[in-house]
Amino acid sequence: MILAWLLVLLLVGGVLAWVSDRVHAQLPRWVALSVTMACLLITLFLWLETPAPVNSTDTWLLRYEVPWIPQWGVSFSLALDGLSLLMLALTFFIGLVSVLISWKEIKNRVGFFHFNILWVLAGITGVFLTMDLFLFYFFWEVMLIPMYFLIGIWGHENRTYAAYKFFIFTQASGLLMLLSILGLYFVHGAATGSYSFNYFDLLGTDFTPKTGKWLMAGFLAAFLVKLPVVPFHSWLPDAHSQAPTAGSVILAGLLLKTGAYGLLRFVIPLFPENAEIFAPWAMFLGVLGILYGAILAFAQTDLKRLIAYTSVSHMGFVVLGVFAFNQLAYQGVVMQMITHGISTGALFILAGFLYDRLHTRDIRRMGGFWAEIPKMGVMALVFVMASLGLPGLGNFIAEFLTLLGSWVANPLLTIFATVGLVAATVYSLRIMQKVFYGKRENTHSLPDLSLREYLIALPLVAAILWLGLYPQPVLNRAQASLEEQLQAYTSPLQKSSSSGQVSLKVLPPDSVLIPKPKGASHALK
Amino acid sequence: MENLLWVIPTLPFLGALLLILLGGRLSRPLVSAIGVGSVGLSAVLTLLLGFQFLSDAPAGGVYRQEVWQWFNVAGFNPSIAFHLDALSLVFIFVITFVGFLIHLYSTAYMAGDEGFTRFFAYMNLFVGSMLVLVLADNLLLLYLGWEGVGLCSYLLIGFWYKEPQNGYAARKAFIITRVGDTAMAIGLFMLFRYFGTLHIQTISTEAAQAWSVGAQPAVIIAFLLLGGAVGKSGQLPLQTWLPDAMAGPTPVSALIHAATMVTAGVYLIARMHVLFELAPVAQFTVAVIGALTLLLAGFSALTQSDLKRVLAYSTISQIGYMFLALGVGAWSAGIFHFMIHAFFKALLFLAAGAIIISLHHEQNMFKMGGLKEKMPAVFWTFLIGAASLAALPLVTAGFYSKDQILWLALAGERGNIWLYVAGLTGAFITAIYTFRMVFITFFGEAKTHLEHPPGKLIILPLVVLAVLSTVAGFIELPHNFGHVVLFSSFLSPVLPNLVVNESMAPTEWMFQAIAAAFSLAGVFIAYLVYLRRPALHEAIRNSALAMALHRFWYAGWGFDRLYDKLFVQPFVYMATLNKNDFIESFYNLLVHIARILNRGLAHTQSGILRWYMMGVVVGALVIITISLLP
Repeated sequence: MILAWLLVLLLVGGVLAWVSDRVHAQLPRWVALSVTMACLLITLFLWLETPAPVNSTDTWLLRYEVPWIPQWGVSFSLALDGLSLLMLALTFFIGLVSVLISWKEIKNRVGFFHFNILWVLAGITGVFLTMDLFLFYFFWEVMLIPMYFLIGIWGHENRTYAAYKFFIFTQASGLLMLLSILGLYFVHGAATGSYSFNYFDLLGTDFTPKTGKWLMAGFLAAFLVKLPVVPFHSWLPDAHSQAPTAGSVILAGLLLKTGAYGLLRFVIPLFPENAEIFAPWAMFLGVLGILYGAILAFAQTDLKRLIAYTSVSHMGFVVLGVFAFNQLAYQGVVMQMITHGISTGALFILAGFLYDRLHTRDIRRMGGFWAEIPKMGVMALVFVMASLGLPGLGNFIAEFLTLLGSWVANPLLTIFATVGLVAATVYSLRIMQKVFYGKRENTHSLPDLSLREYLIALPLVAAILWLGLYPQPVLNRAQASLEEQLQAYTSPLQKSSSSGQVSLKVLPPDSVLIPKPKGASHALK
Repeated sequence: MENLLWVIPTLPFLGALLLILLGGRLSRPLVSAIGVGSVGLSAVLTLLLGFQFLSDAPAGGVYRQEVWQWFNVAGFNPSIAFHLDALSLVFIFVITFVGFLIHLYSTAYMAGDEGFTRFFAYMNLFVGSMLVLVLADNLLLLYLGWEGVGLCSYLLIGFWYKEPQNGYAARKAFIITRVGDTAMAIGLFMLFRYFGTLHIQTISTEAAQAWSVGAQPAVIIAFLLLGGAVGKSGQLPLQTWLPDAMAGPTPVSALIHAATMVTAGVYLIARMHVLFELAPVAQFTVAVIGALTLLLAGFSALTQSDLKRVLAYSTISQIGYMFLALGVGAWSAGIFHFMIHAFFKALLFLAAGAIIISLHHEQNMFKMGGLKEKMPAVFWTFLIGAASLAALPLVTAGFYSKDQILWLALAGERGNIWLYVAGLTGAFITAIYTFRMVFITFFGEAKTHLEHPPGKLIILPLVVLAVLSTVAGFIELPHNFGHVVLFSSFLSPVLPNLVVNESMAPTEWMFQAIAAAFSLAGVFIAYLVYLRRPALHEAIRNSALAMALHRFWYAGWGFDRLYDKLFVQPFVYMATLNKNDFIESFYNLLVHIARILNRGLAHTQSGILRWYMMGVVVGALVIITISLLP
């Protein structure tokens, strides 16, 4: 029930924000802020109240199901496991930040803006929660339309073009997914006699490899475009660079993650045989994305466009990891979804801060800003380093685990993906150089972070450091759900073990080999 | 006492954190107190811990302390855990102690700089990362330190960020070392694949059991780790970033690009010596890379005019000696040379810094001259450092450490005559370029007006390091001459001793004499050309061949141009060409086709009735025809 409340809160809050515009111009901001805050608190409460299931067979923490259109087998079915809990926490964290960064930036149609923000968040929440494919498609569309408005109304100079492009790409691919959902529905119904859109019913449906291939292709179309994977990435740089800051942050931080989530939740468990056949190609596309995105990012002169292309590069790791089919890579993928959401979101926020002050996104007109805005410089440095995968920051854990896992599946492609780390260094350092180093060309006065901006930046920095130094709580949360997604696969990592743990050669814990000096290891406990 | 191990790297991190968070609000004395104090406290702790380690050796020769478990995924469970054995003790001693002296020196050197706080924040962050690197008990934590020092190196090379070329040098350093790091990362993936862990001691134990000498995976992994090592340590073929790294403030060059970070590669190879011994090809490659690098860099050092660039090339060359030592299995000799080199090279850099700052940031040696009388303290300490670098016999520490390497490169079981000849030639060149530097800088007539003589805080570290550059050599003396083996026996629990070819043993004194003669000859030649007979110098300048060589060596053997043509330009060209993403044109084509179709169909909606009638009739005909077809 609490899951449904999250959705109701967001949807009603959105309408409320729109209406409250008439009462006072500032009111929608407060409505949106309290709604996202409430959702975040509920999620944190859920996190604390539900213990991470360890070795239990049922990975689901909460489920809520009421019939909706029973004659079609459609139900209003929500369920929460560790993976969706993590995604929700990310969603509301990023959502909260998005409301805060729009505080000064958005000045016209404030009510409608916040309506759109909350409805996008509702769509995303629905996507992460729903366990009914009909409902899933519904939410998939719900997140699309408000985003179209966000880009089209509050965007930059080329916003209409970007909004259409975004809409057409995601809508067209979404329709292909709808075809696949219907196909799956009928295939399953014909085989078993009971027609149902329920995810749990559809799991384990049997079909011929050929049917499976086409059905999977429909799902892949939606998810790979959303992720995005080269060559379907062309909507992304336009949408990201033209959207208002909050829009870019939600796009990069959350919308892309729905693609990754879809792969993990639907493609992998529904089509095990077909996915395994497709895996080398998918991994190849991932590596292509890593390298191609990096090269494109390097060439850009529009700061937001540059950051947008880095997303293409980073999402390549997600595809690489998803199709490696092992626990290490999957944990890496989940970490990548979270850390990329935070780090790229932060970079877009930074671009927004700079745009506020300079009214340009052109890095050729920036340079030498460090002396005036050192706080912003430190923030930029942290997230530029996160983007190039510096150990100690969350993204490193994500990329290292992904690569470690994909090495098991395909060493050759992993080598190319690892080369992507060098490419990431090249484009990331370019941001630092062009914006903060070099000679001061621009003569705008540049105030450093205001208190509000500081309060936005600080939690982001803290989060990325926490994820880099002690990611275990997140990993624990995700573990059971990931094992569930992996059930159908016998990856090389798991072949020789019974528990699904890594067991190439299980060595005794390292402390056994070294006589521990007395009490040494407890110094900090 | 050993429970405090974690405090040693934590203190500098804490210092950095304080300086970053409170930076703007602290007064300069307070900033110095935090910056210097954190490293100083670490140094004191290291000394105390070292005394305890020496007096009451722990079981197994190791203090291990786990601070927390980093993460645990499917059995992969690296910890934030520190491992102190003899090898890491030598390194943390050098890092904290030399680091402390350099921090102290920096309070004077950087006194007038607007980025004073930022400087100490970066420096503290560096010391912390470097300590993590050498104390890490697993390769992932080592990698954290490894990349952390890379970041600090980047930040400090580009410290004076307003000059675009400094930013360029900083990025070059980061990117080139990252190329090596990538190889190393792949090595880690492979190690994990074989052992299911990255714990260093476990890997060392297991590898020796699992693989025979020359096993293919061992060879591949050793080569990949070597890739990381050459990148960080500025060895062939990734040495090109180090000379440019001199764009940073001089204390940075002393600490990061001479004494500590650039020797991380040496540490890595020594730490993973078991793997390298299982891969003789890789180990021999280490020796060959060392030999080639020490020669190449030595020749380049001969031609430089920038004081700091001479020292930079000299650093590359001296690390070449360490690689040579590691490559022939003379593990402790390599580490010994690392320590001695840290003393005398830090000394030379700091002394050079004292000169540079007294001469309004003038770095060109040919504009110095005659400083002997004006800065006597700097002169004498620099001379001691130079003597140690040139390995003047008997009185300098450099002689003992370098002589050991040369001897073992010849007489060790994996040594051979070619490696020895390369080392000997290198020693000869080293003596020439070192004293060329001394004679040009300190002798002759003064060319730049001296602003103000350096203060006490600058001189004190120089004196301490000068003492160390001399006496530190006496803890390890050749067996036919004193036979002191304090250092190698201290390291022997960690690093195996080298078997010396018995038949060569009686001739050792002869080769020592040869080495001594070569370095003295080098000094004499430098004296002849640069002091005694300037005409000789002119003659060399007038020879076309000499000038061509000079240009070639001056430009670092053309590596920069080669890499620029081979990698940088194609990449930039390709990226710029494809700035607008050619895949985009495919989608644009779709849009274009849709537009054409739209226009074509729009034409049919002309409002002319007879065309519509025609359409209906033709349509009907087509339908009838199709339905009539069998």
